[in-house]
Amino acid sequence: MLEHILRRMGFGASPADLAFWAGTSVDSVIDQLLNYESKSTDHDSKIGQAAYVGITTSGGNPFSANTSINDARQRWLFRMIHSQRPLEEKMALFWHNHFATAYSKIAGAVGQERATRMMDNDPSSLAGSAPGQIQLLRQHATGNFRDMLLAMARDPAMIYWLDSQLNTRTRPQENFGREIMELFSLGIGNYTEADVYAAARVFTGFNWQVVGDRANTQTSYYTFAYRPNDHDINAKEFTFPIYPDGGRTIPARAAAAGEQDAVDLVNALARHPATATRLATRLYKFFVNETSDPDPALISAMAQTYLANNFSIKATLRTLFQSSQFRNPANFFQRYSWPVEFAVRAIKETGWTGFSVNTALTPLTNMGQQLYEPPDVNGWATGPEWISTSSMLTRMNFASTLAANQRFNLARDAQPYRATPERVLEYMLARFPSMGFSSTATSAMTDYLRSTTWTGTDAQLQTRIPGLTRLIVGAGEYQFN
Amino acid sequence: MSYSRRQFVKGGVTAFTFGFAAPQALCDIAFAQGGAARNLVVVYLSGGNDSLSTVIPYRDPDYITRRPTIAVPAANVLQIGSDSSRVELGLHPRLTGLKSIFDAGRLAIVQRTGYANQSRSHFTGFDIWGTANTGNTSGTGWLGRYLDLEPTPVDPLIAWNTQRETPRPLMSRTVGVPAITSPATYSFSSPNSGAEAGYERTAQTRISSHLPVNIPHLAFVNSTTQAALGTLDRVATVATYRPAITYPSNGFGQALTAVAGAMNKQIGTKVFWVQTGGFDTHATQGVNQGAYFNLMATLGDGLKAFYDDLSAQGLMSNTLVLVYSEFGRRISENGSSGTDHGSGANMMVLGGTVRGGIYGTAPILSLDPSNPTLENNAGDVKFQTDFRSVYAQILDNWMGSNSVAVLGGDYRAGAPSIL
Repeated sequence: MLEHILRRMGFGASPADLAFWAGTSVDSVIDQLLNYESKSTDHDSKIGQAAYVGITTSGGNPFSANTSINDARQRWLFRMIHSQRPLEEKMALFWHNHFATAYSKIAGAVGQERATRMMDNDPSSLAGSAPGQIQLLRQHATGNFRDMLLAMARDPAMIYWLDSQLNTRTRPQENFGREIMELFSLGIGNYTEADVYAAARVFTGFNWQVVGDRANTQTSYYTFAYRPNDHDINAKEFTFPIYPDGGRTIPARAAAAGEQDAVDLVNALARHPATATRLATRLYKFFVNETSDPDPALISAMAQTYLANNFSIKATLRTLFQSSQFRNPANFFQRYSWPVEFAVRAIKETGWTGFSVNTALTPLTNMGQQLYEPPDVNGWATGPEWISTSSMLTRMNFASTLAANQRFNLARDAQPYRATPERVLEYMLARFPSMGFSSTATSAMTDYLRSTTWTGTDAQLQTRIPGLTRLIVGAGEYQFN
Repeated sequence: MSYSRRQFVKGGVTAFTFGFAAPQALCDIAFAQGGAARNLVVVYLSGGNDSLSTVIPYRDPDYITRRPTIAVPAANVLQIGSDSSRVELGLHPRLTGLKSIFDAGRLAIVQRTGYANQSRSHFTGFDIWGTANTGNTSGTGWLGRYLDLEPTPVDPLIAWNTQRETPRPLMSRTVGVPAITSPATYSFSSPNSGAEAGYERTAQTRISSHLPVNIPHLAFVNSTTQAALGTLDRVATVATYRPAITYPSNGFGQALTAVAGAMNKQIGTKVFWVQTGGFDTHATQGVNQGAYFNLMATLGDGLKAFYDDLSAQGLMSNTLVLVYSEFGRRISENGSSGTDHGSGANMMVLGGTVRGGIYGTAPILSLDPSNPTLENNAGDVKFQTDFRSVYAQILDNWMGSNSVAVLGGDYRAGAPSIL
């Protein structure tokens, strides 16, 4: 149960994590993981220290996670492995997929340094600078969904990603207006094309601006800007209620007050029952089970919690984590691990001494999940769609790379069990939890350990234990979470 | 979308178990079939292609007035004559390669394809084109159903997806189509070397042979691994292909090189999926340079290299290329010098035995709300030819399949005679 909770509310458990939580009640573990605000945020200060997973800088540059996207990717993986707030990173990943924005389009417009800041700037790195999109998602990770939706509408990365800076009174452009309803809130089927045009007009005037010396890409950064002259001041009529009294028309307003249009629309979208059900369903599939139909009773309970608690994500999650479904062993390993979840769990369970997360970046791309680079605004195609011959070869080969890197540590850990292949296998299957292997598979593994006569010498362990590690971590049974 | 893929995984396990039981035997079948079989290459333009900029009604006065900053001047288009309604048409100026294929009589352009009440959503639209079902987009894809109807046992390499994720059109009940983005990196590495690496591959193959009918999602993953390990060696031969023609050094060119290599090495693949993205041109499409110009360069140069490479080897007569996108774009430009999501659009088919030419009639771009060639208050192009009738042509007259069975309905009526 503890391992299940740490896999779902975080990215799995290292042996040290299991020792830390041993003896704590299930309710308390869940409570502490959910209410993480009191937990330390000092993880970044550990980057580069020997006891933690490594990072690799490029070209002799210092590690620059706020201005180099490659370093930002390493920092995020580092946090997933070592943060004392694993749920914060887990939810940031969930929201990254929900508000899917890709770095490359933005970098093409503003350059790599400022685009990296727009994706995941830590404001403490540069006085006055704004948090990057993923940092905003961390801040709102378990907060108020309406506030998060509005923050995304005003987020410079989102503005450029969906062309809001081009959406003006005289030239409305519907990219963001469509996606905020189709993908970020209601879901398709709950709005009309006329609503798309009206929503586009609501967000006219939303723009971005550069702050600081424009020529200096290291120190200038982007913030939200509202341009009243570009705002469409006319009334906007929708087919669904905008106001609690059922009113469907956002009234004509002076341009200076035009930002209120977006607040009104975002309120309506957050309040819409379709949004509540859609969010609940997405959270259910992410945290409970995606291999069988969602439990309608729990979806309904989560949606009601959301609507009754001022759109609180934390309250919705509490309903989920306290449900019997979340803790039901029948739901263990019933999610396809996202590539990032797979790689981080493999690292936590295999060990990281002398391993750099940089090594994981290319494999993650080939598994189909490059952080800060979702394929389109709909996010990644998850579930079975992660699985292809190419991605499975990459997963198997990543397991191989990691096992080779940890060869001596793995062999040393297996020494107490070296008497027989069966004892070794028992230890290894406990170390790498999975849905369980059939006798076909376990026979294949012990036969592998006996490919030549089993001696259990250090030399043999240093060959076969990494080999067995790659077999387990690369097996279908391990690809579930 | 993953929700429905889940259902397909649930339903497919028995067949998966059957289909991938004996990879070596399947390889033998594939080799026995030889490389002379016809093949289909589907090229998907991701993002919604502005097909009014691909095939341009350059004399239509409303084309200029509704697209003041992105209209291609008449003097610049590559003229290809007129359609049956006497609308003069030209290819985008950067499509010089496609123009030469058109002039050779091997490029068919089918105008105004689509379906009623066309979706303006990328994702729903893609799934409708993929399932060939306008009512329920959660099922298998049209190419997947073609594969399902092939005689068993089916060789896993009967189809080849050059993308990492399996797209909706290739989703099949019985065949896990391999995703092979690059033949050169499609390999099984090991922490050890020599015989030890071989022991691992043997063991991984045995572990993945467990295909439990009561755990379909595990059977799905393991059958995918089986397909990967069972096709590695044949795919490795494709990595040795060295084309005589230079392909563009972009992802599209590399994917087409791999497709040509698979044909050259006669590995038995019948369906290839290739895509190229960036067509969601909400802004700065440009005319003689810019986003759309670059998209046409990628598309046209890649297809021209592929056509020339295969023609020189005598393989083009066995090859059919279908080009499509999930929707066309709004007729009037949006003021960001781009276009928003629209409706009807062109499909293109090229190949060594295609009856080239212009099929269907162009939209009249007049803003008159009663204009029958437009919809959405004359905002978008109204479809004239159901996209499924083009699929039907290809299935019946190229793939030797039964389009009614594959498409779940008879779409033969009104199909353009492109073959």
